[in-house]
Amino acid sequence: MRPVYMIAGGITKFAKASPRKDFRYMVKEAFDQAMADVPGLTLDLIDGSVASYFSDHFTRQLMAGIMVHDYLGLTPKPSKRIESGGATGGMCIQSAWEAVASGRMDVCAAFGFETMSHVNTWKGNEFIALASDTNFDYPVGGFYTGYYAMMVKRHMYEFGTTEEQLAAVSVKNHGNALHNPYAQFPAELTIEDVMKSEMIADPLKRLDICVMSDGAAAVILASEEMAHKLTDKPVRISGVGTGTDAMRMADRPSREVILLPHENAADYKDLKYPGVHSFRGGRTAAKEAYEMAGITNPLEEIDFVELHDAFTSSEIQTYEDLGLCKYGEGGKFVESGAASLGGKVPVNPSGGLLACGHPVGATGLMQGVFALWQLQGTIGQHFNGDDTLQIKNAKRGLIHSHAGTGTYITVSVMERGF
Amino acid sequence: MSAEQRTNPVGKVKLEEEEKGAVLYNVDPIIMKYHYEIDYMHSYAQDSPFFEGLSKGELWGSKCPVCGSTFATPRGHCMNCGAKTEWMKLPLEGKVHTYTTCYFGSQEFLAETPFTLILVEWPDVDTFFLSRLLGVAPNEVKIGMPVKAKFRRLSQFKPTDVYFVPSDI
Repeated sequence: MRPVYMIAGGITKFAKASPRKDFRYMVKEAFDQAMADVPGLTLDLIDGSVASYFSDHFTRQLMAGIMVHDYLGLTPKPSKRIESGGATGGMCIQSAWEAVASGRMDVCAAFGFETMSHVNTWKGNEFIALASDTNFDYPVGGFYTGYYAMMVKRHMYEFGTTEEQLAAVSVKNHGNALHNPYAQFPAELTIEDVMKSEMIADPLKRLDICVMSDGAAAVILASEEMAHKLTDKPVRISGVGTGTDAMRMADRPSREVILLPHENAADYKDLKYPGVHSFRGGRTAAKEAYEMAGITNPLEEIDFVELHDAFTSSEIQTYEDLGLCKYGEGGKFVESGAASLGGKVPVNPSGGLLACGHPVGATGLMQGVFALWQLQGTIGQHFNGDDTLQIKNAKRGLIHSHAGTGTYITVSVMERGF
Repeated sequence: MSAEQRTNPVGKVKLEEEEKGAVLYNVDPIIMKYHYEIDYMHSYAQDSPFFEGLSKGELWGSKCPVCGSTFATPRGHCMNCGAKTEWMKLPLEGKVHTYTTCYFGSQEFLAETPFTLILVEWPDVDTFFLSRLLGVAPNEVKIGMPVKAKFRRLSQFKPTDVYFVPSDI
């Protein structure tokens, strides 16, 4: 496999509704922003594209991917659509990575979007819940917040995780977004604000949950030769990993923890794993990506993480899957400040899904764009001169995209290539 | 439209007007209502015996005859070794593995809120079963609480034909 680089990215401001631009125009805006960062790149140098969007229901348009590819002026070159629920964006980047790594393409565009404003919030929740088994799960009361609430209840039972620890994630991520001009929901919150917000599915409250959004994002991947030709700030995608688990949360087995190199079995001798408290697919994805990138102690070797915090609880669970702390210590990890800006490994410096929004097909690409700018050191340049969120001397970052109840999960490691 | 009109393109050809009109929310840009619905002829296929069982007041899971894995939510083939599973009757009493009370939900279930969801566990079964818990206040549900299955008298052939209540009521 050839080395693969991310050379440019672009994103629209995520919003509750963007009725003035359809999905094609939104992607075009993100794509043009990416193209503007690499002036040497012209359409004829792009060999193909990968499209990311989650739900045909939201778009009310089948084959929407090709309509974007067409709108961008990339026909008749190769293109395909990737769909893997909430992880669609992360999977899209990995698919473009495969196209370049295999030698099939020298330059590949990856773009994603979702237009969730086209239905009301509760219908939107219904569409999302159709991504659960429609024979056994959806009819019982299909609601993703309900599923995640059951998972975190078990996490609280196993490990003593508290609602205040969940709230700390919300405070951190909404606060980070105050300095991100692309974020939909920046807010200065206190633990008390989160604790007092409306209960949605016990213990998850309104401010523990991301919002629905319209938005688009795009990145451009290139071979080593093309990357160095087109930019002096290429970022290498040095590891990719993907994990899966049973569609039905009820089907999760109780086995032994899948260990990372810095862990040992004695750490978890009485823990039934993954049950519904942890994401085996997330651990599997991390393990594969770490092996490819040569990471043996993630906490020491990764400078920041952009992870899929659709719920505050899933951020805490994901710290553990990624091996930033041991299973069970996620609540304490956020409380300690380790995941805050200026902490040991800032997590979701952008504000994450909680504060940026979650236009599903764009979300994983959003993480790619923000991670790229962090590693290029261009956060200030892209955030209207505000470089508060720039992690000093960031050399290696991780992006994590997550679907279902942990059903598809991708982890990609990105590092400065200059 | 008369036969003459259909065959004569230059005569009194006129597209019939729609009385229904359009529902507009905005004109700049134009945002309008678009309705979409569909009836499916959905087959439960290999899962059918489970739903038939609910109509008889029985709860069926699966057991793998090759590796011995057991599944509280049935599946036609084993997720551990790939063999075809056999049907396995489940006891009507289990315990709460985890739970939540939903105060909001998808549109289809909004009218039913608040409702309590649980995963039911059985001591000798490897996986769980998603169901609703009735007859207990949200703040009184506990992990490990014994619960028993009850069944609708008139089956809907949906997984909600079974629900659980605390064992002691």
